[in-house]
Amino acid sequence: MEPIITKYVREPNSYTLDFYLQHGGYESLRKALGTHTPDQIVEMVKASGLRGRGGAGFPTGMKWQFVDKKSEKPRYIACNADESEPGTFKDHVIMERNPHLLIEGCAIACYAIGAKVAYIYIRGEFYHVQQVLENAIAEARAKGYLGKNVLGTGFDCEVYVHRGAGAYEAGEETALLESLEGKRAQPRNKPPFPAVYGLYGCPTAVNNVETLANVPLIVQHGPEWFAALGPEKNGGPKLYSISGHVKRPGVYEASMDITLKELIFGEQYCQGMRDGHTLKAVIPGGSSVPILLPDQLDTQASFDGVVKAGSMLGSAGAIVLDDTTCMVWLAENLLHFYRHESCGKCTPCREGTDWLFKLLRKIESGQGSMRDIDLLSSVATNVGGKTLCAFGDAAVTPVLTTIKHFRHEYEAHVREGRCTCPADWRARQPVGAH
Amino acid sequence: MSFHPKMAYDATFHKSTRTLADNGPVFTFTPENRARLDEIVTRYPADRSRSAVLPALFLVQHQQGYITGHAMRHVAEILKVTPADVEDVVTYYTMFYTKPVGTFVLSVCRTLSCAVNGAERVVEEICNHLHIKPGQTDASGTFTLIEAECLGACDRAPVIMVNDAWQELQRPEDIPALLENLRQHGEAALTGCHHVIEKK
Repeated sequence: MEPIITKYVREPNSYTLDFYLQHGGYESLRKALGTHTPDQIVEMVKASGLRGRGGAGFPTGMKWQFVDKKSEKPRYIACNADESEPGTFKDHVIMERNPHLLIEGCAIACYAIGAKVAYIYIRGEFYHVQQVLENAIAEARAKGYLGKNVLGTGFDCEVYVHRGAGAYEAGEETALLESLEGKRAQPRNKPPFPAVYGLYGCPTAVNNVETLANVPLIVQHGPEWFAALGPEKNGGPKLYSISGHVKRPGVYEASMDITLKELIFGEQYCQGMRDGHTLKAVIPGGSSVPILLPDQLDTQASFDGVVKAGSMLGSAGAIVLDDTTCMVWLAENLLHFYRHESCGKCTPCREGTDWLFKLLRKIESGQGSMRDIDLLSSVATNVGGKTLCAFGDAAVTPVLTTIKHFRHEYEAHVREGRCTCPADWRARQPVGAH
Repeated sequence: MSFHPKMAYDATFHKSTRTLADNGPVFTFTPENRARLDEIVTRYPADRSRSAVLPALFLVQHQQGYITGHAMRHVAEILKVTPADVEDVVTYYTMFYTKPVGTFVLSVCRTLSCAVNGAERVVEEICNHLHIKPGQTDASGTFTLIEAECLGACDRAPVIMVNDAWQELQRPEDIPALLENLRQHGEAALTGCHHVIEKK
């Protein structure tokens, strides 16, 4: 499939309004405002089968339809640009090299659900991306694509960028709304869902950057065209971020009927593992999903295909690991992340991630016992499913999945009293020295 | 208190520990920053000025380098929230500093994709060169080293964020030159994000 969203990202001026207009930019917005009612746009997005690109894969049209239209309160679009899932960097490219596509998507989404304001919540580390976005918004506003009376249709729409300050948890939709309200990024109890009680207690749709970037394509080419781009229920172009031990890591756009194997070994994709090494494992959807082994990669890289293989597509950020990777070290590295990022609201997650990390560090440094391996499983199963948001399940996945597939490595660590798989890219000093 | 008899809490990690920030010198926004904040407040509904707490704190940090108790109260007064609301936010987010930091804050990504490409050795190299540990500032007050979690540029691992700018594809052997260039030329010495480079 020819790239659609990322077609022009390597052109020198792809981020400017002039360039965007030369390539058919804002025609979808004109079409949506001129010839469609908001309900027709929602129906179109539903018919296209567009699924949320942030991780859960929930149908976007349904999400918009659930937005409470009877409420007298204002409605909002919150765009989730917090991209913090380890191994994911696709939204980064869209916002930096094709920001007007996102802005157009925000405007159409506002029209569809009857909102007047969209907030793009961008992670604090993307300061350079924020500058690009804010310039693009100012350009669009000056030419009448945003602001009061958009394109003379009487529709008002503002898009603002809100900068986060370094919290993974802000990527969870209700935590994002809390952060947008100027509080700690901690999740709310659900229900009520944001569609009913969202930003400032008003009906809100929270959508990922890539999801909103697909909306102008659907309006422009029609839902049938969009659905036909991929397998059933997995239509549209998809961005894959692939990193780790591959020759050519990067963001690749493909239809979802591609296989994981082709993405990793394909000549026009990552071109396989670095020389002299073999594939050991793949985490296909950001750090929070179960590991796939080399013989499971013939699966379709779609939302449903990866589930069939026993994992999840998540944010489509695949981390590819070769034979030098110690799986106990991997779990320890990821639990360091989750321990640091746990927001602290739910006790099982706050205490559990710390406990799991300490056990893993103990085993990795050669101090562990066989009972510690069972204790790991026990703690992990007492965190998963016992928290307000999906963080708890995400945090224990690296532990459970490595024990499931690589229990022999844990046992070897305990038996030999050392890490049995040291690599030349790891720290020289023993674990935990600083 | 211990959650489990075999797993005693240590002094380094407990999220409920509360340490009050230093009061610091008297803080008021410069007229430019104040005007900038007043503009940002208009982006949110009239009775929701609390939403501007994060942008306001970034402005404080931009002006003063770190966030003091005085600055928190100043922000609280302007945005009509309580000082506790502001402190709540400052102590939660990792990008807000409550102690002075060096001229250059080196945040080295240590999460999986960067780690498998050698981020641990990059951290070691910086530690050896500056004679500090992660979280510390060197003796000259120029560099602060922080181990950061995933920065979102895993295809260009390992990544270092220097203040708000990026340096990508860092190997341990690149570190001495990077530190020297930063001392000499400041942030202009950095490669920036690769998407920006392709513009040229």
